[in-house]
Amino acid sequence: MKTDYLWLLILGMGLVTYLPRLLPMVLLQNIKLNPFLNRFLGFIPFAALGALIFPGVLDSTGDSSSSSAIAGALVSVVLSIFRINIMFVVMGGILGVFLWGFLTV
Amino acid sequence: MEGKDECLVSSPIMIQENKKTKLAAGLRAGIPIAVGYIPIAIAFGLLAKSTGIPNYISIMMSVFIFAGASQFVGVNLIALGAGFSEIIFTTFILNLRHFLMSASLYQRVDLEASKVLRILFSYGITDETFSVASLRSESKLSGYFLLALNGLAFLSWNIGTIIGIFLAQGLPTSLKSSMGIALYAMFIALLVPSLGKSKEIMVVSLTAASVHGILHWVPLFKGLSTGWAIIISTVMAALVGSFFFKSEVKDA
Repeated sequence: MKTDYLWLLILGMGLVTYLPRLLPMVLLQNIKLNPFLNRFLGFIPFAALGALIFPGVLDSTGDSSSSSAIAGALVSVVLSIFRINIMFVVMGGILGVFLWGFLTV
Repeated sequence: MEGKDECLVSSPIMIQENKKTKLAAGLRAGIPIAVGYIPIAIAFGLLAKSTGIPNYISIMMSVFIFAGASQFVGVNLIALGAGFSEIIFTTFILNLRHFLMSASLYQRVDLEASKVLRILFSYGITDETFSVASLRSESKLSGYFLLALNGLAFLSWNIGTIIGIFLAQGLPTSLKSSMGIALYAMFIALLVPSLGKSKEIMVVSLTAASVHGILHWVPLFKGLSTGWAIIISTVMAALVGSFFFKSEVKDA
């Protein structure tokens, strides 16, 4: 990995994260956002999560059949349905991948 | 009447006391966020370490970006070798929702809050600090309250990151390499509870996943990088949602 200019990238990421947080707070004068834009922005986190999870998750364990990744993801889905604390969902996912590897050796 | 006048004209000591009370209230309100942030930030530190990103870069991310999802995505994209412009644009798209939160919070902030205070506390607007602040019963929020609330969240996130980085140094390579699923497990944990809340969220997330699947597997889009594929899928799905569903999404 080339890391020479990573610090510059981080500052750029920081700037584009800070501006949307800062600008309304210091510039707005009781402007109402257009309802369409409102809905669009509201859907962004859920759309982004969907696109982030699939299909990326299939390659996450470096196993060409993706079976261990699917096992880990299924454990995470089941734990999330029961609203288990996020940290345990993450640990459960890792454990699922481990156990799948152990069972299929 | 005299007593009433004394209340209206606050002495410097009273202002000082009031400031302390507001700061303390902000810290108290921030405790649940800190408790939630530390383990996630530890996971971030561990993951960043497992991808081989230098420690100072991981710490810089938590200090200068301070946004959970985009830091995880950033680490992922850096590890995938995505270009700078894609990573910056993805980060921008992911965090654009804070624009809305900041705009909404603006209506609630005490008019007396100085510009300097606004510049400082707006740095710490996250999904969690926004939710806690918005659900407060008082109609106007003090700038000092928001400063303490957001500041504690920021501090806990950075402490967690550092703990994660140093925990990772003690872990065996086999365990570190099998943690690739952790990032996705976190996304699943964030998304799944919301899917049950509304059909609209379900449709939007599935649309985004499907569009990304098409971009990933259809040979025509072979040249498209992961970073841009995520942006295109996200924007298309959010557009589908906002065209077809008229009701507003809360708690975004």
